[in-house]
Amino acid sequence: MTGPGRKAPATPGRKAPAKSVAPIGAVEPVHAVEPVVAVEPARLRVRWLAAGVGAVVVAVIAGLALGPVGLNPGGVFIELLDLLPGVHLHSGLSASEQAIVTQLRLPRVCLGLLVGATLAVAGGTYQGVFRNPLADPYLLGIAAGAGLGATIAIVGGHAFAQLPGAGGSGTPIYVPFVAFIGALVAVTMTYALGAAGGTARTPAVLLLAGVAVTAFLTAGQTYLQQRYVETIREVYSWIMGRLTTAGWHDVLLLLPFAVITIGVMIGYRRQLDVMSVGDAEAESLGAHPRRTRLVLVVVASLGTAAAVSVSGLIGFVGIIVPHTVRLMAGTSYRVILPLSALFGGAFLALADLGARTLTAPDEIPIGVVTAFFGAPFFIVILRTSRRL
Amino acid sequence: MLPAERSETNTHALAVRDVGVVLDGTEIINGVDLDVAVGEWLTIIGPNGAGKSTLLRTVGGLLDFTGSIELFGTALRRMRRRDRARLVASVAQDPVVPPGMAVIDYVLLGRTPYIPALASESRADLEAVDDVLARLDLRRFAGRRLESLSGGERQRVFLARALAQGAKVLLLDEPTSALDIGHQQDVLELVDKLRRDGGLTVVATMHDLSIAGEYAERMVLMAGGTVVAAGTPRDVLTQELLARHYQAQVRVIDGEQGPLVVPVRRSR
Repeated sequence: MTGPGRKAPATPGRKAPAKSVAPIGAVEPVHAVEPVVAVEPARLRVRWLAAGVGAVVVAVIAGLALGPVGLNPGGVFIELLDLLPGVHLHSGLSASEQAIVTQLRLPRVCLGLLVGATLAVAGGTYQGVFRNPLADPYLLGIAAGAGLGATIAIVGGHAFAQLPGAGGSGTPIYVPFVAFIGALVAVTMTYALGAAGGTARTPAVLLLAGVAVTAFLTAGQTYLQQRYVETIREVYSWIMGRLTTAGWHDVLLLLPFAVITIGVMIGYRRQLDVMSVGDAEAESLGAHPRRTRLVLVVVASLGTAAAVSVSGLIGFVGIIVPHTVRLMAGTSYRVILPLSALFGGAFLALADLGARTLTAPDEIPIGVVTAFFGAPFFIVILRTSRRL
Repeated sequence: MLPAERSETNTHALAVRDVGVVLDGTEIINGVDLDVAVGEWLTIIGPNGAGKSTLLRTVGGLLDFTGSIELFGTALRRMRRRDRARLVASVAQDPVVPPGMAVIDYVLLGRTPYIPALASESRADLEAVDDVLARLDLRRFAGRRLESLSGGERQRVFLARALAQGAKVLLLDEPTSALDIGHQQDVLELVDKLRRDGGLTVVATMHDLSIAGEYAERMVLMAGGTVVAAGTPRDVLTQELLARHYQAQVRVIDGEQGPLVVPVRRSR
């Protein structure tokens, strides 16, 4: 009685008496005669993994080969292999070209990979824990907190530089650190405010608390900027985001945060799928949605704060990359999170390439590049995908 | 108030004693006693706001309560969440349909209590899912998105996820409220078949009293947050009880499968 015919609209001939005598076991034989195509549950397919790795490789080679001094991509590739432990190859690049690759461009490309991967995975994670497609990593006040922190650091540094005997001005090196603290303070405030709702706390309360904290901190930042107009340019340039060329220092600073937080978020990928049925049903399935949300918000915020503190506020990556992956490769977080790490890294490394080459010798803020090229691309994906 | 008449059954799947639930400062249910024997089908009826769904959610371990609830002799309060989920599965009244999720992935969620938090499903989990899909004639839908299914097909998928939990007690909150009568019968017959074949214990809430009476072995009538009548459908579905607790004017007709409840106009 639950045979394939049931999909058709009820025919007048389908009457109660016929149903009441239908054998109860009628459910069984149907699938036996039907050719059944084996369907596998959502998982990361090899071809998508290969595509992600391919994107990273292309972004790295392009990022290393292109610039004021054009290098031979083949040589760059061999030079990269040569860097691997236990591999000794001759790239054919001159000593100065090798230095450009390993000392100038490689750290910047690596920074792009790390920042992009962290922001994209954190964005996907936020979308999962809040069951909200509009969630991005800056949702809980991170952007405003980091922005205020950086502003305070820059304004403070400026004021300090005016003192007699101080050695001139310039963006103080501790800006990332203060921005990091600001971001964490902001998220903590949001969570504390959201938790004030008591046990009835819902994701929506947390999001609204994030809105309030963002407004509050942004007001503080705007006030400081107006008060110290001479720092506006510097603060603005920080907010628009850029990948600095500070050598390996920033990369090594970010590396542990990125690796650990991305690792934890990807580890929770199946739990995010469970949470997609809502807290009540997830609980009845034996999961701990609220605990998972707390862990993931903490971890995603930590990773985002670390990324933001070295790169500034690079927008759009945290929204566009996970959604693009979702539209192309599948809606399970088991697919979205790992692929977001790869494509997010590649996307940002390429965006940075654009930022420093399109109008060379001037640099475009990387946030402008991500939005300017990312938005139209995303629209195309949105229009052509069958998943929305 | 009215402990089960059938207390001679030695094993209880579910024993509820003097249970009360307060939500946002309002007492929703209080003093509820309930016994459900292993393999039994118990249906809870009652007017809107009587506390049926709350009782179901409480038994499912989702709400704090006073009093005691035991599942197969173990206190619900002392159970770990995963252990409880292996014992009790729920189908919510209006389950969330995650956008874009395929049927097979949705049913696989039912294996959550068997999969360590940060691990992936095992071969055994996939086999369990495949088995459930086959039993519910859902294999051909396995790759389809949940949203693309009709109401009746969806209800079967919701049921499949609950069955994938391998639980012994199935809690159904208004399992047929969104379905036409043909599909209502499909779903209820299916549940009854699973109950008889697999030794499932079924606790359901239902609004359609005639259908409720046809499938339930025992019924409980709730009103004002507590149990006001319990017994066989013939005991509970009486004109007096329904008139008093539903403020409804009905005629109860003796059908072959049980009493049939027909609403009649109050004045004409």
